[in-house]
Amino acid sequence: MEKILEIKDLHVHFSTYGGTVQAVRGVNLYLNKGETLAIVGESGSGKSVTSNSIMQLIPTPSGKIVQGSIHFKGRDLVQTTKKEMRAIRGVDISMIFQDPMTALNPTLTIGDQLTEGLKQHASISKAKAKEKALEMLRLVGIPNPDSRLKQYPHQFSGGMRQRIVIAMALICEPDLLIADEPTTALDVTIQAQIMELFKEIQEKTGVSIILVTHDLGVVARVADRVAVMYGGKIIETGNKDDIFYHPQHPYTIGLLQSVPRLDMDDDILQPIDGTPPDLFAPPQGCPFTARCAHAMQVCANVHPFTSHLSDSHQVECWLQDARAKRQPV
Amino acid sequence: MALYLIRRFLIMIATILVIATLTFILMHSIPGNPFTTQDRSTSEAVQENLNAHYHLDEPMLVQYGIWIKSLATFDFGPSIKQPTETVNDLLGRGFPISAELGMWTITIALISGITLGVLAALKHNGIIDYIAMTLAVLGISIPNFILATLLIQQLAVNLQLLPAATWSSPMHMIMPIIALATGPTAIIARLTRSSMLEVLTQDYIKTARAKGLSPAKIVIKHALRNALMPVVTILGTLVAAILTGTFVIERIFAIPGMGKYFVESINNRDYPVIMGTTVFYSAFLIFMLFLVDVVYSILDPRIKLHKKGGS
Repeated sequence: MEKILEIKDLHVHFSTYGGTVQAVRGVNLYLNKGETLAIVGESGSGKSVTSNSIMQLIPTPSGKIVQGSIHFKGRDLVQTTKKEMRAIRGVDISMIFQDPMTALNPTLTIGDQLTEGLKQHASISKAKAKEKALEMLRLVGIPNPDSRLKQYPHQFSGGMRQRIVIAMALICEPDLLIADEPTTALDVTIQAQIMELFKEIQEKTGVSIILVTHDLGVVARVADRVAVMYGGKIIETGNKDDIFYHPQHPYTIGLLQSVPRLDMDDDILQPIDGTPPDLFAPPQGCPFTARCAHAMQVCANVHPFTSHLSDSHQVECWLQDARAKRQPV
Repeated sequence: MALYLIRRFLIMIATILVIATLTFILMHSIPGNPFTTQDRSTSEAVQENLNAHYHLDEPMLVQYGIWIKSLATFDFGPSIKQPTETVNDLLGRGFPISAELGMWTITIALISGITLGVLAALKHNGIIDYIAMTLAVLGISIPNFILATLLIQQLAVNLQLLPAATWSSPMHMIMPIIALATGPTAIIARLTRSSMLEVLTQDYIKTARAKGLSPAKIVIKHALRNALMPVVTILGTLVAAILTGTFVIERIFAIPGMGKYFVESINNRDYPVIMGTTVFYSAFLIFMLFLVDVVYSILDPRIKLHKKGGS
């Protein structure tokens, strides 16, 4: 399969008054054409920073990509100029943000906000742009799109606004859509609808999707592959079955155990004890050591190498290292 | 919308009526009348004749009735001190000059204040920001009459660049406008900066950036419009401040505007002029506040004029 995006050894730092936060510390990631990749992790694990890095939307001057490359369709996005990046944003890569209530400008009509990206990047007539906007609104399931174009964001419900945000992101027919927690701010029934919409749109347009979320239910619904982030690193990647049925990293296992499930009698949820590592001074070894029930001496001192469990499934954990002694079960 | 305008118009009339009544009560509750303060002694008979001529010997209620009638017909009668001129003459002569000064001031304050504020916000914590905000603090702290005298001292007396007083050419207008506009400019700049800084962190700005829009378009189309809401809100009070500022500035620069008549009429107890100018100024202010509301609803579609409350 053709790789549309490949991130290699990405490091992102933020300088603050308190010191330097090493938010992303060597992320390697790829995305195939037409695939949905979910980046999962708790708050502060670096998942949003990773996705913002792809768009080069890290808040400057505090944030900086200090190392690594992001290759998109043969181009390194880290090396592009601001102007080149503007031509890529919205056209080749689009982004959807968490809260649809604030992602739309309250003083401009939906029609204006939908078409402005189109007008910016392509010389297109007003009528054509409107036609395209109507088409997109129909695609995302907004009833009576014709009369809706002249309305303002406050005249729409939260779910409808997220549909509009999605329509806005897709109007230039991008190859890659990055959705940063697109359903977190919505209630559960609307969440399901929006996730269905993502699937539907992918079938229709073939767009590749990166889904950043901490909601494993959302992941199970739409993702093809999953990358689990912890402490600024990707600690386990695999396809959906690998992660949900054969999780190998103690953190992934803990994450899955902390999700309530209807098909289990056990009504006791198991939280992961402890707190995420301090990224001002990240640990030398595996970031999960302090919270890991299986931690060994080596874990605290040396970060584990990547173990290839199968073609699709990789994990960074000393327990899975080829040199680790295995006890017969 | 039409219904709203009618309702709003009726409220405006009612407000003016209240102001007119209060002015009347205040004016007459001060002991004496226009003729008691004069230096030259007039005989009893002349006094009585004068009182009778201006209906000052009538009961208060009748005088009030006459006042309301003159208000309704927009005919405030002649000035008591300068009987050759009517109040309407004075307004017609003084107001265009005051209005010219006021409008220039507000226009220049808005343009320079917003520009400074936006630049400061975009270069947040940069050198431009520091310079702009230092200027703003100075502008707010220095009263306009101090600035006016300093300007005259430097530009007119020492350097002899500009004429020191009166109102006849654009050159004459420069100093009064600077003196009057500095304070409002500073207030607008500070307000624009802080609200711009807040707006720039909003999600929709990030969305606009993610669309690949140019920085200029993001600032002008997406940020500025939202950032200007607080500026529009204080515009009403600012107009009032500039209006009262014109009294002082007109006096310092010997500008023949409304301020002169306004102040002198109170000193002279010139009843018709006090009433006329007060009501005229009130009506003007009320109309400005109405304009502010209209601009507000144009800028922010969530505010609808014809409906009470929002959705």
